Amino acid sequence: MASGARNDGRFEPWKAPGAEPYIRIDRVTKKFGDFMAVNDVSLKIYKKELFCLLGGSGCGKTTLLRMLAGFEEPTAGKIFIDGVDMAGIPPYERPVNMMFQSYALFPHMTVEQNVAFGLHQDKVPKSEIRQRVTEMLDMVKLGQFGKRKPHQLSGGQRQRVALARALVKRPKLLLLDEPLGALDKKLREHTQFELVNLQEQLGVTFVVVTHDQEEAMTLSTRIGVMNAGEIVQVGTPSEIYEYPNSKFVAEFIGSVNMFEGRLIEDEPGHVRIHCPDLDGNVYVDHGVSSPPGAVVFAAVRPEKIVLSRDKPASADNMAHGIVKEIAYMGDMSTYLVRLDSGKMARVTQPNTWRHADDRITWEEPVYLNWHPSSPVVVSE
Amino acid sequence: MTGRAESPTSQRLSTGVQLILRVLHHFAPHRWTHARLLKWGVTGRTLVIAVPYLWLLLFFLVPFIIVLKIAFSETQIAMPPYQPLVHWVGDKAVNLTLNFGNFLFLLEDNLYWKAFLNSLKVAGISTFFCLLIGYPMAYAIARADSTKRNVLLMMVILPFWTSFLLRVYAWIGILKNNGLINNFLLWTGVIDQPIVMLQTDFAIYVGIVYSYLPFMILPLYSNLEKMDLTLLEAAQDLGCGPFKAFMKITLPLSMPGILAGSMLVFIPAVGEFVIPTLLGGPESLMIGKVLWTEFFNNRDWPVASAVAIALLIFLVVPIVYFQRVQARETGGGVHR
Repeated sequence: MASGARNDGRFEPWKAPGAEPYIRIDRVTKKFGDFMAVNDVSLKIYKKELFCLLGGSGCGKTTLLRMLAGFEEPTAGKIFIDGVDMAGIPPYERPVNMMFQSYALFPHMTVEQNVAFGLHQDKVPKSEIRQRVTEMLDMVKLGQFGKRKPHQLSGGQRQRVALARALVKRPKLLLLDEPLGALDKKLREHTQFELVNLQEQLGVTFVVVTHDQEEAMTLSTRIGVMNAGEIVQVGTPSEIYEYPNSKFVAEFIGSVNMFEGRLIEDEPGHVRIHCPDLDGNVYVDHGVSSPPGAVVFAAVRPEKIVLSRDKPASADNMAHGIVKEIAYMGDMSTYLVRLDSGKMARVTQPNTWRHADDRITWEEPVYLNWHPSSPVVVSE
Repeated sequence: MTGRAESPTSQRLSTGVQLILRVLHHFAPHRWTHARLLKWGVTGRTLVIAVPYLWLLLFFLVPFIIVLKIAFSETQIAMPPYQPLVHWVGDKAVNLTLNFGNFLFLLEDNLYWKAFLNSLKVAGISTFFCLLIGYPMAYAIARADSTKRNVLLMMVILPFWTSFLLRVYAWIGILKNNGLINNFLLWTGVIDQPIVMLQTDFAIYVGIVYSYLPFMILPLYSNLEKMDLTLLEAAQDLGCGPFKAFMKITLPLSMPGILAGSMLVFIPAVGEFVIPTLLGGPESLMIGKVLWTEFFNNRDWPVASAVAIALLIFLVVPIVYFQRVQARETGGGVHR
């Protein structure tokens, strides 16, 4: 995952003590009539970050973005960009540019005119406009298409025009609303990396809204997961994936097996959970902060479960079941296993060997087991 | 009827009708006609299109040819009051006399030129005011919320429920010397003499702008309503204030609507006859009125027809231009 490489460079301004956030969203609430679109959200986003707001439709992520751009005013709370209170400042006076989900290219203007539009508003000298537009179009690899109208371009080209138009003004902050939403899968993967490269090259702070968790994982330095108008977790992609703080986040990001259970042993070094759906208990090698006897969920990712025909040595962290479905996906296979309790469990196994004649197959009884570090204990 | 078009309908028909259709389908003359029509390239689709074309042919092209014929003939005191174009000379030869005198007469007598230019002026100014009043109205309706929008549109269309003639007559009651406006102004003491409004050019403008305003508003509305509002947000985001965004985005994108509305007002306004007759003064010179006078008062059918043909030719030019522009705009993909 690209994010891993990014984190190796240790770009983690949110951990630096006393670092000044570039954007400070301070207890912002937005109501449309009775509907609470954004509910008491506080966020700090730092310079040169690529921050993703991730959530399902109607979770308030776009409303939050539109408040940053200035198209909506918060009902309560304050937004500071570069230390300046944005209250009452109209969109055309903010140091912010936005890339719209529909791209919103001006249909009556050529690509060049679209890109130059923002510079004309700033009364940039003509010769400089020409130079910057050419530079920008070359950067997004559209140098040949300057004289075309938007309807003469493909979806991917339009997306790049929209990006060029937003970036040519050299904003300190670029807001992107579902930037890759309208592209097909292949193009999307390609464009993701281009976007990240461009962002690092220009040193612009990006705030991206997306409903696509894969996109969020690949692009961002940090993700803010939103649900029903609230931020439920903020963290790096791997934090969000490996350490979800709630059942919602665990289920929203990637797929996960949720085993409901009760804490029966709670030590600082480990916990044991009794799950009626499993044959043994769940043993977790780290402490959790729930009172003994509380109802909790042990979340185990499908790729962290191992399938075997032989009974595992440990009585904990295992279950017995029968393979019901196999989805072969080339690089890996997903097995749907019906446990003896009747619960369906999802397991993914990499297809390491090309010729595996003794691969586990349909209707075969199997054992599931996982390492004690794998389960994440979350509450409702 | 083609077999393809028949099948879905016949499912819904009663069994009796289905039976008749099935028998008819195997009936020799029916099959023969069907096959023959298909051979000529006549299908259900062409028949559907043919009906309106036939209608236009019959009720537009044929009368137009008759008028054209009269325009090239000479006046005579008879019934009908013009000479036929075609004479039989002896048994076999045909003598065709085309008389261009009527058209030359239009050029000689500057009455026609003046009337025509004046009509263009009146129509042009009226169109300008329709646009000035209609654009904000169309804009407001297009941006109103959807429940209000229908009510507002209804109010624009509502005057059509009353006869056009009655509405123009109503303006006489409003504008005349002891009419609504003058009486009110006299009563409030703003004036002590009634302002002469009826039978002036002012009244003609009021009448035309009032009558044709919906024709300006409706195409403008349908254009403005379709506009993608995120374009305005994008313009604002790139540093445009609301007014500048309107000038740079909304206005250019509404150009097809402006053109459509202007043509719908301008073209009929040039030939307008009722409004200048009822509201204008006796000296108000408009081509529609001149045509009426030639036809009914002077009974000079050939000159009246020549005036009609000349008017048509002058109006066809802007219509063709307008269609060109529209074709270019739609081809240019104003709406993605």
